[in-house]
Amino acid sequence: MTLPTQYPSIASLGKALRERRISALELATDALQAARNGADPHLFLHIDDDLTRAQARAADALLERGNAGPLTGIPIAHKDLFVTRGWRTTAASRMLADYVSPFDATVVERLEQAGTVSLGKLSCDEFAMGSGNENSAFGALQNPHDPERIPGGSSGGSAAAVAAGLVLGATGTDSGGSVRQPAAYCGVSGIKPTYGTVSRHGVIAYASSLDQAGVLAHSAADLVPLLDTMSGFDERDSTSLESCDGVANAPGRIAAAHDAWRHQFSQAGRQPLAGLRIGVPQEFFGSGLAAEVADAVEAALQVFEALGALRVDISLPLTRLAIPAYYVIAPAEASSNLARFDGVHFGYRAPHYQDLADMIRRSRSEALGPEVRKRILVGTYVLSHGYYDAYYLQAQRVRRMVANDYQQALDEACDIIMGPVTPGVARRRGDHDDDPIADWLGDIYTLGANLVGLPALSIPCGRGGPAARLPIGLQIIGRHFDEGRLLALADCFQQHTDWHQYTPRQTS
Amino acid sequence: MALTEQDITRLAQLASLQMDRASLAQAQTDFTRILGLIETLQSVDTTGIEPMAHPLEARQSVTLRLQKDIPEPPHTQAALDACLRNAPAAHDGLFLVPTVIE
Repeated sequence: MTLPTQYPSIASLGKALRERRISALELATDALQAARNGADPHLFLHIDDDLTRAQARAADALLERGNAGPLTGIPIAHKDLFVTRGWRTTAASRMLADYVSPFDATVVERLEQAGTVSLGKLSCDEFAMGSGNENSAFGALQNPHDPERIPGGSSGGSAAAVAAGLVLGATGTDSGGSVRQPAAYCGVSGIKPTYGTVSRHGVIAYASSLDQAGVLAHSAADLVPLLDTMSGFDERDSTSLESCDGVANAPGRIAAAHDAWRHQFSQAGRQPLAGLRIGVPQEFFGSGLAAEVADAVEAALQVFEALGALRVDISLPLTRLAIPAYYVIAPAEASSNLARFDGVHFGYRAPHYQDLADMIRRSRSEALGPEVRKRILVGTYVLSHGYYDAYYLQAQRVRRMVANDYQQALDEACDIIMGPVTPGVARRRGDHDDDPIADWLGDIYTLGANLVGLPALSIPCGRGGPAARLPIGLQIIGRHFDEGRLLALADCFQQHTDWHQYTPRQTS
Repeated sequence: MALTEQDITRLAQLASLQMDRASLAQAQTDFTRILGLIETLQSVDTTGIEPMAHPLEARQSVTLRLQKDIPEPPHTQAALDACLRNAPAAHDGLFLVPTVIE
């Protein structure tokens, strides 16, 4: 069984909890059982009943005293890239198979303080490097809509857990599309906020100038309280922002902006989005985009137009070149970040070695998976003497040009940008095993928002693949700090469509 | 462009990775594809463009805060133990490694 279907949203379940029609402990007990008996045995990397029950009891105490907030008692789970005291944190790597963090990530801490109840840790691609969850050291995951297919990645466990109805929200991280792409493949809603708005403290680092924590849920309305709670200045993250264009970076910022936009839309009658200019980049619809995805995105754009929005053709000429720029910068940062895994301070140590240097080499080689080793080598190459300028600095120059293109479009031509999240629907597991860059090329539409730090979300907008069972996502990219408007627009779309309510068919 | 086996061996050394014959051959094949992709960056004329390291740098001035170099409480044995618990080998509050100097 999954979460009670009579409470399909955080708002309705929260109301039932506050009215004491159901207790957080009852809910957690059922949810734990469902998580254990779920269709995919590799989905959760660590479940601990006692830890979950303790959080549920704390939530019940708050509910009993009438001190509950919108998230009190709501079952969630964390991508295993967020460190947790209590639950193991592995980053889906053999390197950290037994690692228990001495502290909680700021995001984990904030969600716990808000009364959420965590069911445990969700699998992902090893160190967030991957697009299909096939790079987990602990078993590839299934897409809940078709077990033969990938759920996407790297936050594939998070998307699959929400889609399977095991949790109402799950944290994720997005360095190149790792929240949006699995959200699209699994038919859930997911947002990557502006770089610097959510703390990276306690998020195991992959590519620090691109990594941003995000969240996945069934709907935009559910994302609002989750993201709002997670976000805010944190002095323990040196890139955390104190202010977002003059507004304090604190819980309440995103919710207030969302509520204001929602109110404005509701006052505008039958054309709630009148005046909104949607930029549609022609480069997002070139060759390589599956016709069924193009059709679904086109249909979604027509829904927005019917609601009063105006469509504007724009150009982001460097869209294709964002791929090599990203796959220089991200591996460069990764090779540096992952130097800390040396078999000395924490993590795996090889059982046999000759000396210290040999111990470090063997420990890294035995415990890091092939994709991770590949990216470390690429990063080492582009940072090495003689190539630094030609690759690394050139990639950073292209990054600035990409930023200028987005900035110009969003300053002059449009208020937001829309397009596909992925070139196609979720592929079959194993299909890209022999090609080292096939998955990388699939990141074409999502990388820009990471290179430029823009907020971007993915919501379901159609279905494709065999028997039209596989979800398709719509991407909405906003101006910096415009998360509130993005979520309000996504919510407006979801008030007029039901793609987000499509759940995986029972296969057994 | 392709990398030789020696090139890959040198990279592996820099990255503290050990590679056997099979993984060297695999890395060579992979690098040919990967370099084919990242070399397309050379087609962009970036004359006069400054490299951008921080994603918000193009729109606002970015200053990274440095943390004050003071240990945070709690300075307890339990806190120390929690930090050392993940060490593959530790003794007396120290991380143990193989002998470096005889």
